[in-house]
Order: sequence, then structure tokens, then C-alpha cells
Amino acid sequence: MNGAEILVQALLNEGVTDVFGYPGGALLEIFDALADSPINNILVRQEQGAVHEASGYARAKNTVGVCIATSGPGATNMVTGIATAQIDSIPVVAITGNVAKHLIGTDAFQEIDITGISTPITKHNVLVKNAEDLPQIIAEAFYIAKSGRPGPVLIDIPRDVSQQKVEAFEPWRQVDIRSYKPTIYGHAGMIKRAAKKIIEAERLVIIAGGGVNTSGAGEDVLALAKAKNCPIVCTMMGLGSVPSSEPHVVGMLGTYGNQEANTLVRQADVILAIGTRFDDRIINAPNLFAPNSFIIHVDVDPAEIGKNIQPDIPIVGDAKHVMAQLAEAVQRNDEKMVGCGYLEKPHLPVVPDRIVPKVLDALSKLVDPEKSFYTTDVGQHQVWAANYLKCERPHQFISSCGLGTMGYGVPAAVGAQVACPDSTVVVITGDGSFQMGMYELGTIMEQDLPVKILLFNNHTLGMVRQLQYHYVGKRYSNVKFGCAIDFSKIFEAYGFNTYRINSEDEIEDALKAALADPKCALIECVVPMEDNCSPITLAGANIDDMVEC
Amino acid sequence: MKHKLAVTVENTPGVLSRVSGLFSRRGYNIDSLVVSDTEDPTVSRMTIVVRGDEVTIEQVTKQLHKLIDVIKVNDITHEDIVERQLLMIRVSCDHETRGEIKTLMDIFHARIIDVGRRSMIIEATGDDDKIDAIIKTLRPFGVQEIVKTGVSALVRSPKEK
Repeated sequence: MNGAEILVQALLNEGVTDVFGYPGGALLEIFDALADSPINNILVRQEQGAVHEASGYARAKNTVGVCIATSGPGATNMVTGIATAQIDSIPVVAITGNVAKHLIGTDAFQEIDITGISTPITKHNVLVKNAEDLPQIIAEAFYIAKSGRPGPVLIDIPRDVSQQKVEAFEPWRQVDIRSYKPTIYGHAGMIKRAAKKIIEAERLVIIAGGGVNTSGAGEDVLALAKAKNCPIVCTMMGLGSVPSSEPHVVGMLGTYGNQEANTLVRQADVILAIGTRFDDRIINAPNLFAPNSFIIHVDVDPAEIGKNIQPDIPIVGDAKHVMAQLAEAVQRNDEKMVGCGYLEKPHLPVVPDRIVPKVLDALSKLVDPEKSFYTTDVGQHQVWAANYLKCERPHQFISSCGLGTMGYGVPAAVGAQVACPDSTVVVITGDGSFQMGMYELGTIMEQDLPVKILLFNNHTLGMVRQLQYHYVGKRYSNVKFGCAIDFSKIFEAYGFNTYRINSEDEIEDALKAALADPKCALIECVVPMEDNCSPITLAGANIDDMVEC
Repeated sequence: MKHKLAVTVENTPGVLSRVSGLFSRRGYNIDSLVVSDTEDPTVSRMTIVVRGDEVTIEQVTKQLHKLIDVIKVNDITHEDIVERQLLMIRVSCDHETRGEIKTLMDIFHARIIDVGRRSMIIEATGDDDKIDAIIKTLRPFGVQEIVKTGVSALVRSPKEK
């Protein structure tokens, strides 16, 4: 056996069935070994797509996504995808080929120091020196990627390591890394204190972040909200962790969230924040964010606690386990529980009179929430999608929330569709973002994936235009595309149909027809350039101080 | 405030760049970083002197912990420690000042390790205060070059009761 065959055996040992890759000179042995294996390689069109696909796959299937790229430009093309996965805590194992060991450091053809480049954007990375170490390295990589706070792990394999002769594959049975022991259970003392605060709170608000999605703590979070009759607000990463149809779920908070969610947070006496980084899109102005609230912060990553917001009770642990501990502690003093009376309060109406939210609302009603995924690109359409799609299941909403990577939506949808072939996968995108990800239409065609692409075309880079509207005195610079692209012609080249929404009365018919199309299809909806996301919170303001625009 | 962190790490290639990269990436101010192998060949030990308030240092500690190759991080600033660093300093001299410098350096138990016609090199070990005092003493003679190793530190052995 050679190193490449050992690698494939190690991947099989981890239960890998699909990988997203692009071959190259440094990968000859690896793709040779893959060809003889039961692992299905999805041949991508660009390596950034491979990482986003692995990320979409990982999220849709709740597993580790695997992508493969060759040395040099193949590896550097992955960088944006890896950084995207890192900030959103997505478990991805990225494998790169490299030149042979004796050529490393010589500026050889297609040689790059990808472990050096990727150090700040990976959870961990390894340059493999000896093929005999591969079983251990792969087993540890999967363990690191998926445990604790998940994240991407990069494994760089020089060509001569792929070629190296090895006796036989010995599976690495017991992963035990002395320097890596994630904390799973919350500290008992902190749990007790937190439970007391939760019981006594009169205006408790729960913030559900990405950690609730990742750990599957949604049911426990919802149960607590029901027991307390208190609202749950979600971060963008937390959408779907609790069903948005539940009356206790108020949708997204933050700069681009909704007024009610932000007002609730501002008025809360106790905030229970679970699996969130308190990033600047959530808190807007750190010094103004809930200054009078008592904050309980639960996160599996100790470094997130106290980084942006100083909590009153820090709890390090996995959201699922901590919620179970909290539920038990709360139950012990059930009779003292103070109700928040949330459902008895009046609520704000939703769905504004604009085309984009109306389309998204209609889409949510047409797809089966149990068998569908939404992926998005980045911009105004993403904000609309986060606010007006109904997300009922963990990871149903798949988006680049932290890095804000345009071009994520289409490849992420490829990953989700490969992971769940029977699900409806809809990409929500804009004309700017789509042009950053449309290279993967070839992959969609080759793999025969029925991905639906809902493109809101306002002939402009809407979000940047909106920022120019707010912050540089409506002086619009380089945001309007100086050409009108006929996107249907692009889809036609791949053999896909286009359905158009020109006015509100066409929404339902166009969506229904596209969803019934057995192949990939474009749904193009023309949007007035002036339709800004609304309401939003401007820089430096309280999160509940939202402006209509 | 200056904090001294004792960090044990896996003795693997790239661990130093992971740690130093973390400091530049997150904008922490590093005063010195010393790394060497230890009694256990699989483990290296770093002594890092970093400036910042308590909140910053807590973040530094947590971020260091997040690196997979980092085994243990101890903030030993407030512990009973012995700390040393090595100073080598080239100071200007002539036949008139040579003797005076020698006398002064004897007070510090510093040694002259090289003598030229117009300069000499002095070697000293000690904690920050002592090293600073030596440099201050030599400054009037004309300091040409300074090299310091950075601080290494160990927590003192527990005393017998």
C-alpha cells in the first residue's frame, strides 16, 4: 500500500462517503486511490467551491465535510472557504497535496506553505511527514473538527508521502490528545446560580446562537422558554435551532434583526445567551448592549466568554449538556418559577409590503419544512432571508454568517443537496453574489442536482449601496453594474430553465413551477434598487433603536 | 501590567509560529518569548512576558489554550518564582575606564567575557531589575550593543513545614 491508499482507508474508517475535490499534480496518487474506493468524489469547478460544499454538506448532514485540493493555487483557492468555515464553527477536514518533502521551501512549481497560511484560519493543521502517521493524523483531525467548538482542520500531504510504501493500514482506535480536552459539562456551582437567576427573572430573554444548532439543544431551549413563558431570539447562526413557527420564537436580533427581538433584549432583566459569540452584528455597540441586564453566557469555547461581553455568570460547556443540567436545576425549584407572561403580550405584525419578503414568505409556505434547506449568499437578500424564511429545523438555514462570504450560497447548496438528495435545496442569492458562485453550475449539471436558485436581481450590489446610503451621504460608488446580464442564457447553457417573477401576482406560480422542475432551475425576481433592508440599527446605536429605510 | 506566562507545548514543528502568530493576529503586546526543550523530549516550555490588563491577559490565556498543541498555560506573575535572563552587553572602554567598569561589575557578579582595545563584553544573569541596573550603570561609559535572552522563570519549590 502507499500513503494515498492509507489516507483513503483512514477516511473510510471515519465513515466518509462523499468528498468534494479537484485533482492536480500533487494529488495523482490520492485520486488514483479514490478511484478504486467506494468514496464518491464530487468534481468541483474551483477549490473554494469544494470547501463551501464540504461546509454545506457538514451542516445539512450534521457530520464532518471533506474537501481535497492540490498544492499551490489549489490550496490557496481554499483559503476563503476555510476561513468561512472557521468563523462559523463548521466541521470540515480539508486535505491538500503538496510537493515532495525535498522540494518544500524551494519555491518549486505549485508549492505554497499552506500550513503557514492557514494557521490563523483553522482549528488545527498538520503537515504530514510520514505516511505511517496518517491513520492517527486523520482520526485526530476528524475528532478535532467535530468536537468542542467545531472547526476546519487542514492536512497537507506531500507527494512523496502519498507515494511512500506502507505495510498495511492499522486503524487508529483511540483518539486521546493530551493537550485537547474540551469541556462538555457546565460547572455545577455556576449551573446552580444560573438556575436561581432564571427562576427569579421577570423578563428573561434567551438568545439562541449557532451552538444550539450544532449541539441540537433546541428542544431543551424551547422547553425552558415554554416553562418560563419567555421569548427566544436567534442569532443568524442560531436560526432553525428552535422552530420559527413556535410562538415563543421571535426571530433574529441584532443590527439587521427585528424590532421586537431587539426591544425584548434591551428590556430583559436576565439574558440567557447560549452558543453565541456576541459578535458585533448582535450587540452593535458593546458599551450600550443590555447594560442593566444580568447576563448568563453559555459557550463551549471558553475564549468566547468575556471576549466581547462580560457575563455575570459564565458557563463553559456544550449547549445540550448545559441545558439538561439547567433544566434539572430549575425543576428542583419549580414551584418558585416566576412566569414572564410573554404570550399574553401584544406582538408586532410581520412581512412588510415589499417584493423580497413576500417571495420568501411564499417560498416558506410551499416547501416541506421537514425536507428542505435554504442556503444564502451575502447581502440584502441574506438579511431578508434570515428575517422572513421560516426555519423549522436545525441547520435548515445555511449561510456564511460570520465571514460574510459572497459566493457561498451556490456551492453550499451543492453540498446540502449531495448530503440530502431527497430534500428541496433553495439558494437565496443576489445578482452580485451569484456571479461569485456561479462557477459551480457545472458541478450541479454533472451531478444532476435539482438545486433551485432564487435570484433577487436589483442590478446593483444592494448591501454596499445601502451602506453608502447610510454612511457616505448617498454617494453611490461602484455598486451599480453597468450591464444587464441575461442570467437565463447562462442557465440555458447548462440545460436549466428560468422562471421569472416580475410582479407580486406571479410569485406563487413561478415558485411552484420551479419547485416542480426536476432539474436545477433559476427563479429570477426583479427587485427595485431602492428597496433597502428595513429596519436596521445604525452604527453606534442601541440595538433597539432601529430606523426604517 | 507585565504578566509572565509559563506555557508547556507539544514539541512539534510549527508550534512557535502558531504561538507567535496568535500574538500578532490578536494584537497582544509581547515583551519576550523564550522557548526551549525540557526534561521530557516531547514537550517544550515557553516563558512569555506579555503586557496588558487583566481582561486582555485572560483572553491571551484562553486563546493560547485553544491552540491544539498547547498543553498548559500558567500565569505565574503573582506566584513565588525565580526568574533569570542572560544579558550580554558591549560597552566602550579605554585604559582609564576598564578598571572602573570591572569594579562596578563585580558588585553585580557580572563577568567580563571579551576585551578589545576600545570595548569589552560583559555577561550577567539576573531578574529584570538587576539587568536594568547593570545597563543603567554602564550607560555613562557608552553602550554599543545589547543582547538579552528574555526571561525564563520557574515557580519556587514548596518549603518544608
